Amino acid sequence: MAAHLKKRVYEEFTKVVQQQQEEIATKKLRLTKPSKSAALHIDLCKATSPADALQYLLQFARKPVEAESVEGVVRILLEHYYKLSPFEIFQANFPSLSLESHQVLAQLLDTLLAIGTKLPENQAIQMRLVDVACKHLTDTSHGVRNKCLQLLGNLGSLEKSVTKDAEGLAARDVQKIIGDYFSDQDPRVRTAAIKAMLQLHERGLKLHQTIYNQACKLLSDDYEQVRSAAVQLIWVVSQLYPESIVPIPSSNEEIRLVDDAFGKICHMVSDGSWVVRVQAAKLLGSMEQVSSHFLEQTLDKKLMSDLRRKRTAHERAKELYSSGEFSSGRKWGDDAPKEEVDTGAVNLIESGACGAFVHGLEDEMYEVRIAAVEALCMLAQSSPSFAEKCLDFLVDMFNDEIEEVRLQSIHTMRKISNNITLREDQLDTVLAVLEDSSRDIREALHELLCCTNVSTKEGIHLALVELLKNLTKYPTDRDSIWKCLKFLGSRHPTLVLPLVPELLSTHPFFDTAEPDMDDPAYIAVLVLIFNAAKTCPTMPALFSDHTFRHYAYLRDSLSHLVPALRLPGRKLVSSAVSPSIISQEDPSQQFLQQSLERVYSLQHLDPQGAQELLEFTIRDLQRLGELQSELAGVADFSATYLRCQLLLIKALQEKLWNVAAPLYLKQSDLASAAAKQIMEETYKMEFMYSGVENKQVVIIHHMRLQAKALQLIVTARTTRGLDPLFGMCEKFLQEVDFFQRYFIADLPHLQDSFVDKLLDLMPRLMTSKPAEVVKILQTMLRQSAFLHLPLPEQIHKASATIIEPAGESDNPLRFTSGLVVALDVDATLEHVQDPQNTVKVQVCRVLYPDGQAQMIHPKPADFRNPGPGRHRLITQVYLSHTAWTEACQVEVRLLLAYNSSARIPKCPWMEGGEVSPQVETNIEGTIPFSKPVKVYIMPKPARR
Amino acid sequence: RCGAGFGRFRCLVRGGAGQDVGRSCILVSIAGKNVMLDCGMHMGFNDDRRFPDFSYITQNGRLTDFLDCVIISHFHLDHCGALPYFSEMVGYDGPIYMTHPTQAICPILLEDYRKIAVDKKGEANFFTSQMIKDCMKKVVAVHLHQTVQVDDELEIKAYYAGHVLGAAMFQIKVGSESVVYTGDYNMTPDRHLGAAWIDKCRPNLLITESTYATTIRDSKRCRERDFLKKVHETVERGGKVLIPVFALGRAQELCILLETFWERMNLKVPIYFSTGLTEKANHYYKLFIPWTNQKIRKTFVQRNMFEFKHIKAFDRAFADNPGPMVVFATPGMLHAGQSLQIFRKWAGNEKNMVIMPGYCVQGTVGHKILSGQRKLEMEGRQVLEVKMQVEYMSFSAHADAKGIMQLVGQAEPESVLLVHGEAKKMEFLKQKIEQELRVSCYMPANGETVTLPTSPSIPVGISLGLLKREMAQGLLPEAKKPRLLHGTLIMKDSNFRLVSSEQALKELGLAEHQLRFTCRVHLHDTRKEQEMALRVYSHLKSVLKDHCVQHLPDGSVTVESILIQAAAPSEDPGTKVLLVSWTYQDEELGSFLTSLLKKGLPQAPS
Repeated sequence: MAAHLKKRVYEEFTKVVQQQQEEIATKKLRLTKPSKSAALHIDLCKATSPADALQYLLQFARKPVEAESVEGVVRILLEHYYKLSPFEIFQANFPSLSLESHQVLAQLLDTLLAIGTKLPENQAIQMRLVDVACKHLTDTSHGVRNKCLQLLGNLGSLEKSVTKDAEGLAARDVQKIIGDYFSDQDPRVRTAAIKAMLQLHERGLKLHQTIYNQACKLLSDDYEQVRSAAVQLIWVVSQLYPESIVPIPSSNEEIRLVDDAFGKICHMVSDGSWVVRVQAAKLLGSMEQVSSHFLEQTLDKKLMSDLRRKRTAHERAKELYSSGEFSSGRKWGDDAPKEEVDTGAVNLIESGACGAFVHGLEDEMYEVRIAAVEALCMLAQSSPSFAEKCLDFLVDMFNDEIEEVRLQSIHTMRKISNNITLREDQLDTVLAVLEDSSRDIREALHELLCCTNVSTKEGIHLALVELLKNLTKYPTDRDSIWKCLKFLGSRHPTLVLPLVPELLSTHPFFDTAEPDMDDPAYIAVLVLIFNAAKTCPTMPALFSDHTFRHYAYLRDSLSHLVPALRLPGRKLVSSAVSPSIISQEDPSQQFLQQSLERVYSLQHLDPQGAQELLEFTIRDLQRLGELQSELAGVADFSATYLRCQLLLIKALQEKLWNVAAPLYLKQSDLASAAAKQIMEETYKMEFMYSGVENKQVVIIHHMRLQAKALQLIVTARTTRGLDPLFGMCEKFLQEVDFFQRYFIADLPHLQDSFVDKLLDLMPRLMTSKPAEVVKILQTMLRQSAFLHLPLPEQIHKASATIIEPAGESDNPLRFTSGLVVALDVDATLEHVQDPQNTVKVQVCRVLYPDGQAQMIHPKPADFRNPGPGRHRLITQVYLSHTAWTEACQVEVRLLLAYNSSARIPKCPWMEGGEVSPQVETNIEGTIPFSKPVKVYIMPKPARR
Repeated sequence: RCGAGFGRFRCLVRGGAGQDVGRSCILVSIAGKNVMLDCGMHMGFNDDRRFPDFSYITQNGRLTDFLDCVIISHFHLDHCGALPYFSEMVGYDGPIYMTHPTQAICPILLEDYRKIAVDKKGEANFFTSQMIKDCMKKVVAVHLHQTVQVDDELEIKAYYAGHVLGAAMFQIKVGSESVVYTGDYNMTPDRHLGAAWIDKCRPNLLITESTYATTIRDSKRCRERDFLKKVHETVERGGKVLIPVFALGRAQELCILLETFWERMNLKVPIYFSTGLTEKANHYYKLFIPWTNQKIRKTFVQRNMFEFKHIKAFDRAFADNPGPMVVFATPGMLHAGQSLQIFRKWAGNEKNMVIMPGYCVQGTVGHKILSGQRKLEMEGRQVLEVKMQVEYMSFSAHADAKGIMQLVGQAEPESVLLVHGEAKKMEFLKQKIEQELRVSCYMPANGETVTLPTSPSIPVGISLGLLKREMAQGLLPEAKKPRLLHGTLIMKDSNFRLVSSEQALKELGLAEHQLRFTCRVHLHDTRKEQEMALRVYSHLKSVLKDHCVQHLPDGSVTVESILIQAAAPSEDPGTKVLLVSWTYQDEELGSFLTSLLKKGLPQAPS
């Protein structure tokens, strides 16, 4: 007790010291960063010895920082750092290691660590550094010991054999040395020791199993950071030696190490500090080797009331369900305890895994609860039986008070949904959440229902009823609900079948009134039934006449939700649809191939013929893309390319190419417009399609280069005087140079092409006058061969649809002018890579005379990712205008921002040199990729 | 000595959940300081027995002289109800410690209680409003984790306890001895409060409540979900829901629960709360956000959860309104007041529902309907037929057996004392604590005193000179290893110092006395004294290699400061006597030498 108290007093005292030290440490860290570059540079040049330089640097470190000069200083410092040989620094520092100030010593060790990590190959230095670290391990200051351990962790040798032959230094068992400091009196040193051990593990050193026992002792440490690190260490060891056997204390049984570790980490889920609890709960999820017996204990909590055994609500619900009764409503004493409990047999504090998740999910901190849910998810994914068992708990989490936790548990449930079947009572609870006012929760739940297995027809009915209730309460969920019902129907055809008469309210004798076809609820029911009918051929017999009519209508209007059915007695529908399902794949693919091959012969045709060929190939491809959604990406992509080619040919075919410049002026419109359009199209090709490979990028860039050449020629023809031409020529030649450098590997594929020829003539071009260059270019453009575009494996066009605002509204959105109005935008994006950085919302005020356009970057948090390749943007656009009197329309569209250097592959020579100057977020242009939507808005004059 | 005083008047009526009817009052004497923990009253009695018997504490003499302070853990009347009686009527002027929320809410409850007792029941000899005010003036409010120095030695510190707003556990510490008193606490968070937490303070004694000593509870989520589902279903059917509650504590939890549910599910059905006491209390709940749970603390910047959007004040006329509604009404057991009035109006409709959120005492309407009675006799021989649905939903805010064990595990006390529970149940928990945590456990009856021996550590100051001298002699001291050193312990004015003996003598003004031991050793030897001395010399020289052995010219032998002289007694020429003399300081060596010499000298190789 006395010793403990003294220790506490001592540590409280030392805490103060540590803060001071930290301050100084941050100051010193600036050593590599801050200010006044020029002065420093001179100082450093003056320095004759490393010791001098060190002095300058230290002086410099105490000066204030100027933000703008930081970069220069860093450069100087780095240069200097490289100039000094590491040995010099090492030796410069070494004598001062006998300093009496602990803080200086700690800082020097820190520097040594930096040096050591910079020189991973130099064994000798590493040896010496480790030696230094070992020597100072007995220092009285915790800071020094900390740094020593850090050094050992980072530099301690990986293999002992290497240590032995290196300069005859005694082989040190780094692990043993670090392990000794697990029982240091300072908690910070203990933490550092564990961290060093973890560092060793990260560097690939195999930790000894003996550490396990030491780490277990640290689990009951007084300090949370020690416990937290110890939990990590135990986890690491358990992953290294899962199968070895450890004895259970106070009994002679033995268990696997991973099970033992699992039990210990489970115990930490009820630790006093929430940091440790989060850590423990997180790590539990990744312990997949644990035996199922232990795993299932984590959900076990023996209930008891007045020493009598009690069943949990989960057990009662299960029993009620299995006995076939419906919940009769709770009476008092319904949960009355039954059997007596043997007092001796009750264990209140289990050593093992008992109830770890029960505790974790009930924790007061939501961070712990989320971690526990995540861990549950991971464990359930690897063990179906556990998934079944944890279901009750997950369902309970749907009612957590914090939305994040609810959302997380719904996602978790979706991830494990192929392992589970929901019981009716569970489904009931799940469906209750459909009324949640949060859109995210509801949509997550719809996604969950899409892939849930339901066991009974009552379950399906319940789900449908709740979804319809949801629909009436939140009509905006329409699409999501329809989609959900589509999957629900196609997954459970046999369960839907007995419900059909009831759902369609058909009657054996009487004709019932025809439901309203525009009713979203009715459509929802039909979506469910039609999707179930797809695999259940007996179902259409139950349909009434109007159902068939409605089917035909829906099949047309909502073809993505309603599948093609083979309907008896409806030859027309079935014959029209079914063959197209079966044998669509091959011919269209073939057709695509054929039409593309046709274009090969382009070279041998006369210009007129070539134009015609291109024109109808483009038309074919476009039509194909419309018909076949799977091939739309490829077809569009190739059609765009061909269109570029067509434009190029057309531009070169201009009759008036050889006419003198002044007369040509009018005609140049077409050629320069073509050049501009080709540029645009190439950007679209490069950035709007996902799955574009390097092969295609080369061709696209090549096309762009041709467009640039065309532009150059056109400008050369239309402008008088040579001065502007010089600059343009130079720029163009630079572009060619860039092209050559970036795509040097691909050049062999570009034989006979424009670039190929251009590069041949490059030396000549460099020296010739602009007029000559233009002439050469012109001939080369005409002669160059058409490059065939190899088709990528998977290509998808990025697209976006704005769901909200819907557009057609006649009610203007009113706001007071000068103030801001928020416009809700809801859009789905498909096949967009990295939407957070690229997608923008543009608001164009087209109808307003000033034609002003406003660009908005949505926040990263506005993007949700409901599925692979799909994104959802829900954001608010703020509009404002001052002078405006009439209601008018504003156009909203989504744009894709691109940066042309982003796609260019980095050449090996680029990486070695200086850091490339271009910034990633540099945006060059935008491509509109959604249909514009018009919103009617009306500013009201501000009241005075 | 740390004596934990009499667990006076433990609760006699107990059961159900959420209502603690009993008298908590514990007296602790720790290292000479007397502290009273809680000052509760018993709601079940209307005579003198309702208050603790304070004359028991001091047979004669004033309480203020005897008690160093009073600590109130939370505002429930069974923990603070006797406070005005104690301080104003019995007479106590010392400090009373409680947390800020307790200080705010406690007088409201006391006043309410006084009104019922005096105005309604017409009791005399009860404390007055003024007394409550005067009593509250003696209160010192403390913050969580704030160490309050009561006097030079006694300090107290509050920890969060959950249970109700402002409930706290207190650590009482004198020197190195400490006691932790938990009051009532809750180890699982609920909708408005967090879980109790204590650091590893390792007290000598942990006094914990043990209301649910033999219960391990199920997760709260199921019960909450059931509750919400029931309410939601009834309201959707167009029925009315009546929830009889007590004004404070659970009522707020249920309000938060319904409020958030209404918000989440976008419901529009009105919720009413009967006015009066609750409104005042809600006001304080709004103010003490740091005492609530994580969710409320995090979101109060946007919206204070206790500023209910959907819950409005109830008016008597609303009960007759058509359409669905939810009403919280006091009191909780349906025995009188507004809740009973509403119940009578709504009981006839099977669409309606009453949810009892707690335990009901036998004889009340609440108990009757819970036990399934469908026809109730009301006053005036009316028979009320109950068609409405009756539900029971218990929300308790006490730690269960696991929670108690968890807290004991967190604090790591040397021993545990169980109070505030039933003897039979406590017996079970006691056994478990001793078995599983290996901590000694006590469960005193009413009026019983438990005395615990402690081994207090006494800090002793050591003079620098002595320390340096000792350091110089041996190696550097190793941490955690005991080491022997010589010095003099001076106890003066209850502080202890370790100084060198010289300094001690100087300080005390004493002259140093030489203390010498002499001893005669008889040896059979016929040789001369000189020869004898030489033999002794050579013998000792060979045995004591690392000591300085000298043969002096006068024929005596010295080993360090020990003097050995050989003498021949006149009467027997065959025996020689060795005179050995040593100082007190060399006692060790001296006694070793005598025992060595007594064994005799080795035969000389003659």
